Amino acid sequence: MPNSVKFTINDRQLEAPAGTLVIEAAKRNGIEIPSFCYYEGLALQAACRMCLVEIEKAPKLMVACTTPVAEGMVVRTESEPVRQARKYMLEFLLSNHPLDCPVCDKGGECELQDMAFRYGVGESRFTEQKIHVDEKQWSPVVFYDMPRCILCFRCVRICNEGMGVNALGVINRGAVSEIAPNHGDHLECDECGMCIDICPVGALTSGTYRYKTRPWEMEHTGTICTHCSNGCKTTLGVRNDQIIRGNNRDRSGINGEFLCVKGRYGFDFQDHPDRLQSPLVRLDGKLEPVSWSKALEVVVQKFQEVKGRSGTVGVIGSNHTTNEENYYLQKFARQVLATNNIDHHRTGDVVTLVDAVSGSPAALATTRDLYEKKAILVIGADLALEQPFLSFQIRANYRHHQAHVYVVTAKPVREDNYAAAFLRAEPGAELSAVESLRDKLKGEPELVILYGDAMKGGAVRKLAAFGASLGIPVQYVPLVDYSNSRGAADMGLTPELLPGYKPLGLTGMTVAEMLAAEDLDLLWVVGANPLKNAKLQAKKAFVVVQEMFLTETAQIADVVLPAASAYEKNGTVTNVCGEVQRLQKAAQTMGAKPDLEIIGLIAKEMGVAREMGPWVPDKVFDEIRRTVRGYDIPVEAIMTGGAAQTMPVNGRIPIEVRVDSIRSAHDNLFTSGTLGRYSKMLNSVLEKRLNRE
Amino acid sequence: MTFSPELEAKFARLLTSYPPGRQRSAMVPMLLYAQDEIGSITQELVEEVARRVGVTPMQVEEVLSYYSMLHRKPLGKYHVQICTNISCLLTGGEQLWQRACGKLGIGHKEATADGQISLEEVECIGACSWAPALQVNYDFHHKVTPEQLDQLLDSLRKTH
Repeated sequence: MPNSVKFTINDRQLEAPAGTLVIEAAKRNGIEIPSFCYYEGLALQAACRMCLVEIEKAPKLMVACTTPVAEGMVVRTESEPVRQARKYMLEFLLSNHPLDCPVCDKGGECELQDMAFRYGVGESRFTEQKIHVDEKQWSPVVFYDMPRCILCFRCVRICNEGMGVNALGVINRGAVSEIAPNHGDHLECDECGMCIDICPVGALTSGTYRYKTRPWEMEHTGTICTHCSNGCKTTLGVRNDQIIRGNNRDRSGINGEFLCVKGRYGFDFQDHPDRLQSPLVRLDGKLEPVSWSKALEVVVQKFQEVKGRSGTVGVIGSNHTTNEENYYLQKFARQVLATNNIDHHRTGDVVTLVDAVSGSPAALATTRDLYEKKAILVIGADLALEQPFLSFQIRANYRHHQAHVYVVTAKPVREDNYAAAFLRAEPGAELSAVESLRDKLKGEPELVILYGDAMKGGAVRKLAAFGASLGIPVQYVPLVDYSNSRGAADMGLTPELLPGYKPLGLTGMTVAEMLAAEDLDLLWVVGANPLKNAKLQAKKAFVVVQEMFLTETAQIADVVLPAASAYEKNGTVTNVCGEVQRLQKAAQTMGAKPDLEIIGLIAKEMGVAREMGPWVPDKVFDEIRRTVRGYDIPVEAIMTGGAAQTMPVNGRIPIEVRVDSIRSAHDNLFTSGTLGRYSKMLNSVLEKRLNRE
Repeated sequence: MTFSPELEAKFARLLTSYPPGRQRSAMVPMLLYAQDEIGSITQELVEEVARRVGVTPMQVEEVLSYYSMLHRKPLGKYHVQICTNISCLLTGGEQLWQRACGKLGIGHKEATADGQISLEEVECIGACSWAPALQVNYDFHHKVTPEQLDQLLDSLRKTH
């Protein structure tokens, strides 16, 4: 090891790079030094004094969280003076603590409780009156209980440094110090809840979870958030088939412990009272609940009738359904219904980029790259609002590695605050602004470029040419909206491309064309709401909708089949960076079925089950791995809860993308298409914000 | 927010008194000078200082609530600070404090109705050798007897 130092902890000879903190060096060698305020990745605080250790030749105990290891240093972490010190520190920390563990949300997973159990004494010598301050509600999401707070400042640091929001601070001093929100009695922030999760005690509690359960009464399922395209892993706490909590404290997945308000609290659409729990069929002009067998019979009869007379069929897929469902749906449409009229709401131009960079296998960046690469260029996107995890990664990259961040957007964005350079450019004028950064970018050792839906078609080609002309390694992230927007494109939910961007030579109708076609006989919509802001021109078209809620599209349907949400099924999804991850079923809703099963049942009823193959997620994924370009990824990584990136860049795609069909919905932190409309927590946060304006 | 030219000049000097990127160090002196001119620290001032030194209003609030010499509420024209720390306590500081409270009918960090005088019980003001001591705005009064206190308070009242 270059610049490494040798030292001893608890009589063990150890070695670590110079500058490593004692607490980190100990942790890497399996020695735990307790601490509250020290937090990996955040600024040092040295406030809690829990990590005091004995260092030979030092006149008194030292804090392991700010002392770097030195050559020949001899450290003892479990000696009698150290254990004594921990005991006394805990006595101080508990001197104003209400000790209300039996009613506290944190009881059972509380770091203070654990430490008191291990090192504390059963009695306190403090007889002073405890200072009581009533609990405060700062937002629909965040509650603060001052007496429980041990002032470790983790919440303040994660908000200021991690999120770049600066919504929390510490006011007053001494025993009456407390954490305070940025607007006197309330918070105006991202409502991400990072402060709540990072709190080692129960001082900060969440509006959705508080007083609902004890932590040990929940089952935990790690799955992928179904809202935006970033693909964060969220660990759902489930009790009695009800999702009670979302967080990612085990730091599994690409996002570590990061989650935004949607990943942490936006799961509550799942048990919304409006969830469809029975198939509906239009009888005498009204949608009436019927049995699954009856509904399938009606669907199959119509499918066969339209197929028999070679009628016009349109199929609209989803940005939220799994890769398996998307693949199976397009296979059904093309093989059984014999149509290429299949499309989905396209939110970013992936195709042009994949074509433009074909042949260079490292051209697509991962979320990890955003944290590690030396320079980042953001074009036409407000990442903090629309791609929160990508924004977090870039911010962390700047904090930890001093990355150079360049911003070209129409409006001010949060990235401006630490950008090496930021330029304002109207939509359409981005490229010339980017061009003016050429000299600066040329001087960087490497670059990752992220672009939003303002860049499409020819603009993406020009951007790729610009990247190639810089003479440095350049990677790209084509931004898309939803949890499986990328997967929908990869799986061929497009009229002109088969799965894996295989050109078809001929083309079918886009979503807009289907809605405008007056001769459409059958429209099959799976997990999408194309009629939210549009009208269906074909008056006689038979409409089949697979959906969780009675959306605008479902309301005019002839048959509505209740679909399971992403939290109620298995399968894989592909995030904005092409990282494939696995969904795990966490709960279920009575009456609803996963879309894959619904399509499978339709196939079975139509007698085409054999040619369609089994509707089992793992089996379909196996077929995807064998047949779809870029998806021959290591299955072990995915099956064990990790991520593997798909890189479909081997071969040109000789088509012109229809740029007019690409349009991002620009959902912000608090909206999420149909799902957001049915999330009570997201709506209450939105209402609070609107009431303030 | 506009300040007097003298205060603006002080601010300008403060902002260049620290190494580049450390302008936030000017926060406390700016707040103290501005408090002298305005009489207290208003929300408008908090936001203005935050803007000038490049921090959030929350960060100014943190400093403001920490230091007892920064006041949110307006003080009297004469701010009488009576020390009751050890040396003064032993020599009658506590009695001075009680006497002042009784005479003016106000308590700790309160001001008379006409806004002329305000009182504050303070910790050591560094005048132990001349205890009991008190401070009126920036002026010290040493070895204060109860009679001298009465005279002093009367004189402060008279200068209407």
